Amino acid sequence: MNKNIILAGVGGQGILTLAAVIDHAAMQSGLQIKQAEVHGMSQRGGAVQSHLRISDQNIYSDLIPLGKADLIVSLEPLEALRYLPYLSENGVIITATEPVKNIPDYPEEADILNKIKSSGHKYLLVDAGKIARLAGNPKTENVVMVGVLSDFVGIEKAQFEKSLKEMFSAKGEKIVALNLKAFNLGYEHAQQ
Amino acid sequence: MNKELVLGAEAIAVAAIDEGISGVYAYPGTPSTEITEYIQKSPDARKNNVHSTWSTNEKTAYEAALGMSYAGKRSLVCMKHVGLNVAADAFINSAITGVNGGLVVVVADDPSMHSSQNEQDTRFYGKFAYLPLFEPSNQQGTYDCVRFAFNFSEQVKLPVLLRITTRLSHSRAAVERKAQTSQNMLNPETDKKKWILLPAIARQRYAGLLNKQDDLVAFSEKSPYNFVVNGKGKKGIIAFGIAYNYVMEIIQEFALEIPVLKISQYPLPKQLIKTFHDQYDTILVAEEGYPVYEELLRGYFDNQKISGRLDGTLPRTGELSPDIIAKALGVKIPQKQQEAEVPGRPPRLCDGCSHRDLFEALNAALSENESKHVFSDIGCYTLGALPPYNAINTCVDMGASVTMAKGAADAGLRPAVAVIGDSTFTHSGITGLLDAVNDHSPVTIIISDNDTTAMTGGQDSAGTGKFFKICNGIGVEEEHIRSIVPLKKNLEENVRILKEEFAYNGVSVILANRECVQTAARKKRKSKNNE
Ligand SMILES: Cc1ncc(C[n+]2csc(CCOP(=O)(O)OP(=O)(O)O)c2C)c(N)n1
Ligand code: SF4
Repeated sequence: MNKNIILAGVGGQGILTLAAVIDHAAMQSGLQIKQAEVHGMSQRGGAVQSHLRISDQNIYSDLIPLGKADLIVSLEPLEALRYLPYLSENGVIITATEPVKNIPDYPEEADILNKIKSSGHKYLLVDAGKIARLAGNPKTENVVMVGVLSDFVGIEKAQFEKSLKEMFSAKGEKIVALNLKAFNLGYEHAQQ
Repeated sequence: MNKELVLGAEAIAVAAIDEGISGVYAYPGTPSTEITEYIQKSPDARKNNVHSTWSTNEKTAYEAALGMSYAGKRSLVCMKHVGLNVAADAFINSAITGVNGGLVVVVADDPSMHSSQNEQDTRFYGKFAYLPLFEPSNQQGTYDCVRFAFNFSEQVKLPVLLRITTRLSHSRAAVERKAQTSQNMLNPETDKKKWILLPAIARQRYAGLLNKQDDLVAFSEKSPYNFVVNGKGKKGIIAFGIAYNYVMEIIQEFALEIPVLKISQYPLPKQLIKTFHDQYDTILVAEEGYPVYEELLRGYFDNQKISGRLDGTLPRTGELSPDIIAKALGVKIPQKQQEAEVPGRPPRLCDGCSHRDLFEALNAALSENESKHVFSDIGCYTLGALPPYNAINTCVDMGASVTMAKGAADAGLRPAVAVIGDSTFTHSGITGLLDAVNDHSPVTIIISDNDTTAMTGGQDSAGTGKFFKICNGIGVEEEHIRSIVPLKKNLEENVRILKEEFAYNGVSVILANRECVQTAARKKRKSKNNE
């Protein structure tokens, strides 16, 4: 078992929390993890990414080699495109569709989606913002995305739920329930 | 034992706590900040009264750590690579004094300059100071190495360097903790000669340091951190520090059987290197950072066996990666797909940031001036260099805005304006301001005070609430210390005040104070969670 995942987004969108949930679930499943993330300058609204590697064997490199990612998971459509060279032939693109337009030369949204669709990769476009609002809080977008990707990483769904419970328990039952709901809505979305 | 998922930086913190440090001393700086932050939040550290508040700069941090070592206790000092330039005087001289309690100096380098002005390689400093240096490559190795390093420091009676780079510092993996060691007892140095570096004593101490070098090499020869991974063929690789990860990744992925010598403890194990070197026809030297040891191994007469960064086998600058190593080893990397044209998304000042309103006022105040030169400094406000503001002309090293404005004013430049952050001002701006006061230099120093050290994640700032008193105390006249609140609604007034001070033929300070919106939001979340 060997999964290489590129997590992408814009500084401030919460990809580190997204990564933390997968890390937790992978570790509880007895797998090895390496997860390289970006701190510092770029976190001020710039492009951020995290290389997340899960394996049942020793992992050497903190970085995923080009062409070796099984999955790109992005919280923003333009950011999904940025890391395409990392994707393997059979790799899948999963991206939230709501754009973050904080640069003057942001391309047409339709162009971005067309590029994803014509990339030759399997893809999954997720209106994560809408699903998060349905769950009860727009800030759960990243947890919705955990639900969407959970089926692609070879870790039990029940383990993800257990991890969410553990990670959010300090914030009270309401927050746990909210996040479980966001996770499950994401999961169901991916099943369809 | 339980495994903990931690960043490389945090692995250092965990190990230092487990190895019985009595204090960590540091000034924030990417990618080293998370070490101290982890210790500040650690219940273990709190229980054991481990000192962990931030220092004003890297030099004060280093000297405090050295003082703790003098008193017999173990201390950790952490900084980013350029921080060691600031602490260099204390650092180099501490190699001459040596230590009492174990002292580990962690320096985090930033190849590719993800968040820095340069990519200097701390291993040069290791050689420069004649001190042992460790360069682990993974998180567990980092934990083990730090624990080892404290004991080693006490054994050889020297400060010990630990060099990490951004990639290791900011990458997570599971680390297994080992049994904790208790802190040293207070046991101040009794040797009156060791620490007084008068020339006569310093000469003896320096000779002693040089005498230790053979021992240090002997330790490196036997070190568990320097070893050979066997292989076949006529080509060998010497992989230093984290370069080992990329080399092994490619060797594993492509089932290559190239022998590898891994080096993670310096000074170099001469015999180990020679034996390895002599066995193969060609040697690839893979170093994360400057070609420090490639240069040495090539020698003045350019040993033709050696390839690496200096002959273009590896790129001359920047961080290594598995892809770079694959290319250097001649293995075919999967066809790179056509890269989609994706516009860059550089960092930017947050919406609502106080620096934004300051730059708006500053640009307006200078709009009628033919000469627009703003000396600036390092922090979030450096992003004022980007559109739409394009408001600053320099960013060199912490504190340089004040002194460069002074020098330019001495040369006749008017107005000579500096913009410096609050934390940068206390780090290295105060002494420069005193120079300007003593010379009556016509400068306007704007302290953009957002009550925090924002760039590195919002740490406490050493001068919060004290800026008027500091400036007045070193001699800036009260009438020329002006306070403004950078807000849109105050634009007109702020522009007027700035213009008045530009026109003043002496030292003036503008205190532009409004809290960083990110820090304010974080405080709010925290108090909500505590309710
Ligand atoms: C010698 C040195 N130490 C540390 C750093 C890392 N660093 C860059 S900016 C910064 C904080 C600046 O804080 P402040 O001046 O208050 O400005 P702000 O980011 O809050 O706007 C730090 C610690 C550095 N670049 N150089
Ligand atoms: S973190 Fe604070 S200081 Fe930095 S850009 Fe954002 S609001 Fe401004």
